[in-house]
Amino acid sequence: MSAAVRTFDLAESARRKLNQALHEAADGESFEVINPRGAHAVACGITADIDVVVRGSVGYYGAGMHQRGRVLIEGNASTGLAENIMSGEVRITGNATMSAGATGCGGLLVVGGNAGARCGISMKGVDIVVGGNVGHMSAFMAQAGNLVICGDAAADLGDSIYEAQIFVRGEVESLGADCVEKEMRPEHVETVAGLLAAAGEAAHGADPGDFRRYGSARRLYNFTIDDVDAAQAAGRAAGGDRR
Amino acid sequence: MCGIVGLFCKTETHRHELGRLTEVMLAEMGDRGPDSAGFAVYDAGVPGRTRITVLAEGLKVDWGPVAAALEATLGAEVTVAAVHDHAVFSTDGDGRSARQWIIDNVAGATVLAQGNKIEMFKAVGYPDLVAERYDLASRTGTHALAHTRMATESAVTTNGSHPFSTGSDTCLVHNGSLSNHNRLRRQLAGHGESFQTENDSEVAAGYLAWRMRSGDSISEALEGALGDLDGFYTFAIGVADGFAILRDPIACKPAVVAETDHWVAMSSEYRAIARLPGALDAEVWEPEPARIYTWSLAA
Repeated sequence: MSAAVRTFDLAESARRKLNQALHEAADGESFEVINPRGAHAVACGITADIDVVVRGSVGYYGAGMHQRGRVLIEGNASTGLAENIMSGEVRITGNATMSAGATGCGGLLVVGGNAGARCGISMKGVDIVVGGNVGHMSAFMAQAGNLVICGDAAADLGDSIYEAQIFVRGEVESLGADCVEKEMRPEHVETVAGLLAAAGEAAHGADPGDFRRYGSARRLYNFTIDDVDAAQAAGRAAGGDRR
Repeated sequence: MCGIVGLFCKTETHRHELGRLTEVMLAEMGDRGPDSAGFAVYDAGVPGRTRITVLAEGLKVDWGPVAAALEATLGAEVTVAAVHDHAVFSTDGDGRSARQWIIDNVAGATVLAQGNKIEMFKAVGYPDLVAERYDLASRTGTHALAHTRMATESAVTTNGSHPFSTGSDTCLVHNGSLSNHNRLRRQLAGHGESFQTENDSEVAAGYLAWRMRSGDSISEALEGALGDLDGFYTFAIGVADGFAILRDPIACKPAVVAETDHWVAMSSEYRAIARLPGALDAEVWEPEPARIYTWSLAA
C-alpha cells in the first residue's frame, strides 16, 4: 500500500482501460473500482502483487485468470468469479452465481454469501471458502484443492470427484457419483481451521470441528470397461442416474 | 445466448415509466443476442375489450376493410390502429375467435398477442432500434417482458423473435432451447392450439396457454411444464395480473432477480437491473433450479 490508490469509475471510463492499467501495474500498487454495475471481466488477468477493491457488483468472469494480487469485491458476482485463479486472493462480500472458482489452480477464493451451481467445478488446486451455501453439482470433477462450505450443499455434491477435498458444516442434499463421506482426522480439522482463519469474517466464526469431509471413493476415475457395472451401481447409489 | 428481461411494478410509482425502464434493461442485454428483439407490455386495459396485435411484415395491408370484415364476422365493434408493420385491433367481441379469424383471413400476417391488457411488438434488428421503432419508451403499464435473440433453433426472422403468446394475455420469453418441441407441437395441435411458427419457444407458450385454458393457474401450468418440457430454459412469463419465472433443473441459462418495495425485475444478467431506480438497495438473488416463482397484482 505504498503508492496512492488509483480510482477507476466504470461509469466514466472503459473497462479495458482499467484492465490495461492493472496489467501494467507494479507490485505494491493499489486500485479502487467504482460503479462496476455488473460489467463483465472486471479486474481480469492480474499478475502483479497489487490490491484492488471493487465497490459494487460485477458480471461474468470477475477477477478471472487471477495471479498473485488481492481483489476484494464489495457486492455480488455473476458466472465464473475468479475462474482459473492461479495464486493470490479473490474475496467477495456478497453472493456468486454459477461456476465460482472454476478450474482454479491455486490461491484462495472467499465468498462471503452463497455460491450458485457448480462452485469449484474442475478445481485443480485452488482453496475455496464459502460463508453460505453452494448450489447443485458443486466440486464436479474437482481434481485438487479444498472446498470449505460453511452452510449447506445442494444436490450432487462432488460428482465424479478426483482428489479435491470437500468440507461441509451444514446439510448435504445429496452426493454425486463416486463421492463419499470420509473420516475427519486431526490433519483435516487443521486444514479447515487454517482456511477459516484465512477467510476471516466471511467464515462467520465457524468451528472447524463442526465440518464433515467428503471426497472420492476412487471407483470411477481410473475407469476401465470391465468396471462398467460397478460404475453404474456407484452412480445409482449416489443418485447419479436421475438425469 | 439470448437476453431476457422482465419488470413488474408492484406499486404505482414506476408504472408511468415502465416502457422507458424496460428499454434501458433491454438495451443493456443487446450484446447477448443482437439479431432480433421484441417486447410485450401489460397495461390496465379497458374492461370488456380485447386487443389483438398483428404483425404484417413486408405486406401492404389496408387495415380498414380488414377491421370491417372482422366486425361483420364477430357481430361486434372492431377498431384498428397501424404501428409501422404492426396493427393493433380492439374489439368488444370474442378475442379468441378474432385471433383465429385474422390468422385464417389475412394472408402472411401473424397474430402476436391477444388479450385485455397485452400489446406486443417484435422485429429483426438490434434491440434499441426495435424499441425505438415501436416506441417502447413512452409505454406505461404494470409489467413488461422483453427479449433480445441469438437464434439457435430456428431462423433469424421476425416470427422467430420473442415474446411468444398463444393464449389470452399470456406470453413468454425464453433463453435456451427445447428438444421435444416437434412432438409437443403435434400433441398441442390435437388439443386445439394453433401455432404460427416452427419455433421451439412458441411451443412452450402454447403449452402454458393450453394448460391455463384447461383451468390451471400459472403455477400449476409451470409445474406441468417441468415434467413435459425437455431442454434448457430460463422462462419469464407474463399473465394478465402477474409475472412468473421458471428455470430448468440444470439451470445452465442465467437468471437474476431483484426486488424492492416498488418492483420486481428479472434479467439474464445483473447489469440490466443495475440501471433501475433503487437497484443498489434491492434484494438481489438467483432463482433456484426447477422452482416456480410468481408475483401477482392481486397479492
